[in-house]
Amino acid sequence: MSIRSNGATWLGELTGGAPALHAWSAVRVANGELAGAPARFIAVVQDPGNQFPRARNGEVGLVEGWQLAQAVHETMHEDRDARTRRPIVAVIDVTSQAYGRREEAFGIHQALAGAAGAYAEARLAGHPVIGLIVGLAMSGAFLAHGYQANRLIALADPGVMVHAMGKASAARITLRSVEALEALAQSVPPMAYDIHSYASLGLLWKVLAPSSAAEPTRDDVALVRATLEEALADIAPNEARDLSSRFGGEHRAASRRVRELLREQWNA
Amino acid sequence: MNIEALLRRDSFIERNARGRARALLDAGSMRELVGPFDRVTSPWLAQQKLVTQADDGVVVAKGTLDGMATVVLAIEGAFQGGSMGEVGGAKIAGALELAARDNRAGKPTQAVILFETGGVRLQEANLGLAAIAEIQAAIVDLRRYRPVIGVSAGTVGCYGGMSIAAGLCSYLVLTREARLGLNGPQVIEQEAGLAEFDSRNRALIWALTGGEQRVATRLADVLVDDDTAQVRAALTDLFRAGPPAMHRSDRYADFLASLAHVDTARQPEAADVRTVYEKGLT
Repeated sequence: MSIRSNGATWLGELTGGAPALHAWSAVRVANGELAGAPARFIAVVQDPGNQFPRARNGEVGLVEGWQLAQAVHETMHEDRDARTRRPIVAVIDVTSQAYGRREEAFGIHQALAGAAGAYAEARLAGHPVIGLIVGLAMSGAFLAHGYQANRLIALADPGVMVHAMGKASAARITLRSVEALEALAQSVPPMAYDIHSYASLGLLWKVLAPSSAAEPTRDDVALVRATLEEALADIAPNEARDLSSRFGGEHRAASRRVRELLREQWNA
Repeated sequence: MNIEALLRRDSFIERNARGRARALLDAGSMRELVGPFDRVTSPWLAQQKLVTQADDGVVVAKGTLDGMATVVLAIEGAFQGGSMGEVGGAKIAGALELAARDNRAGKPTQAVILFETGGVRLQEANLGLAAIAEIQAAIVDLRRYRPVIGVSAGTVGCYGGMSIAAGLCSYLVLTREARLGLNGPQVIEQEAGLAEFDSRNRALIWALTGGEQRVATRLADVLVDDDTAQVRAALTDLFRAGPPAMHRSDRYADFLASLAHVDTARQPEAADVRTVYEKGLT
C-alpha cells in the first residue's frame, strides 16, 4: 500500500525511491546519497493497519520508537570500523507520540528514550545527523525522531509545524480557547505554531521555502538536497558533537545567561 | 513497618526540592548554583502575567555523595507542576553539560535528577521542548562516564518529555507513590476517550504506571520506601556499581522481541505487562 504523507514523499524523493531496508510498516529506512557518499534516511509514516490502534496516523508508538532505535544503532554498527561515519537524515513528519493505555502500560516513554538515545549516541559517535522537518514535528514524537540532530532544517509551508502540543489539546490543558491561545502566541514566540516564530528561537539551522512541501517539484528536491549537503559540510569533522549551535537565537537570552552563570559558579 | 520505625522515618516526599537535594548530598557539602539570589526567572511567565519563582522550579546542588563529586538537579513539583521552561531546563542541561566536561578533563562527576514533573511548560512550549532535547543530549553524553541516576518519589510523578529523559538515565529509583509515563491519564482521556483511559481511576493509574509496577516490569531499577536514608543508600549502591553494561534505552532488541508477544486486541492489565517483560527483559 502506498501512503501519501510529506514524510513518505520526501523519503522517496531523496533516496530515489530506494527499497526499504526493513519490512516495517511505519518506520521506513532507506539508503541514499549525499555529496556523492552513502547516507541513511529514516522516516515515520502512517500505518492504517498498525496492530497498536493508537499509532495508525503517523504517531510514534512503542514499536516505532524501538524500531527507530534499531535503525540508528544498525547504522552505527555498520560504520563502527569505517573511516567516516555515514550521515543520518531524519525526515520528520510526525503527528505526535501515541496516546493510549497500551502505550503507557508497556512504557512508551522508554521506547521514545530508545530512539532519542540512539540519535544522540550516533551524533556523539561522529555520525552527522540532520533533521529535515517536512511536516509535523510534534512533542514527544519530535524528541524521539530528529530533535537530537546536529542541524535542523525546516520547510516553510502551511503543513509544517513544530510544537510541544497540538493546538486543541494545549488550549484544553491551559484552560484557554484555541482563539485565545492563537492570540497569545502572537506575542509569545515560543508558544507560536508557525515556522518563522520557531526559527526566531534559534533552533533551526535553515528555513527553506520550496513551492510545496506536499508535492515537491524537481527544483524543490534539488534545493533540499543542496541544503542537506551544505549542512553536512557545516558539521565540521572536529566540531563539538553537542547541541550548542542552537543556543544563539534572539529569544534564548535566558538559556545563555543560565549557562554563563553555571560556568562561573561551577568551580567557585 | 512498626510505629516506632514509622516515627523514625525521614520522609523524602515531604521535603521540597532543595531539602531533597541537601539530604542526598554528604552533610555540609551542598552548594547551590544559579540559586534564587541570582534571580534568573522565566521571562515568558512574566510576559503572560503569571507568577514566576526565583529558581524557576529547579535547584542545582553541587556537592559530594559518598565522597564523589555529584550534582543533584531537583525539580520542584510544587511550582507550575514541575514543568520545564527555558530557565529551569537550561539549569538542568547546563549542569549536566559541565559534569560531562569535568569527566572529560579527568574529574569524575556524577549526577542525580529528581523528576517531579509534568513535562514541558506549555506557556513556554517550544523552548521547554528544546530544553528537554538538550537535557536528553546531556544525559546521553554524561552517562558514558559516570551514572546519571533518576529518582521519582512523588507526588507529581514523571511525565511528558521528561519521562523520556528518565528513560535515558543509567538507573531509575522509584517509590511506590511515584508514577512514570509519557502521557498523563487526563491527556490520554482527552485525546482518546474514557474507554481508552479513565483518568479518575487512580487504582488503574498506579497499577500500570506506579513505582512498584515499573520496577517489577524492569522499566525502573530500585523500589524504595518514602525514606530519605533508603533513597540515599540506593544511590550510593548504584553509583558504586558504575554505569550499566548496557543502558535500558539501548535494549531495542529485547523490547521489540517482547512487544511481539503483546496481545494488542485488548487493553492490558498490570499482570500482562509483567508476564511479557519478566520473560523478555531478564
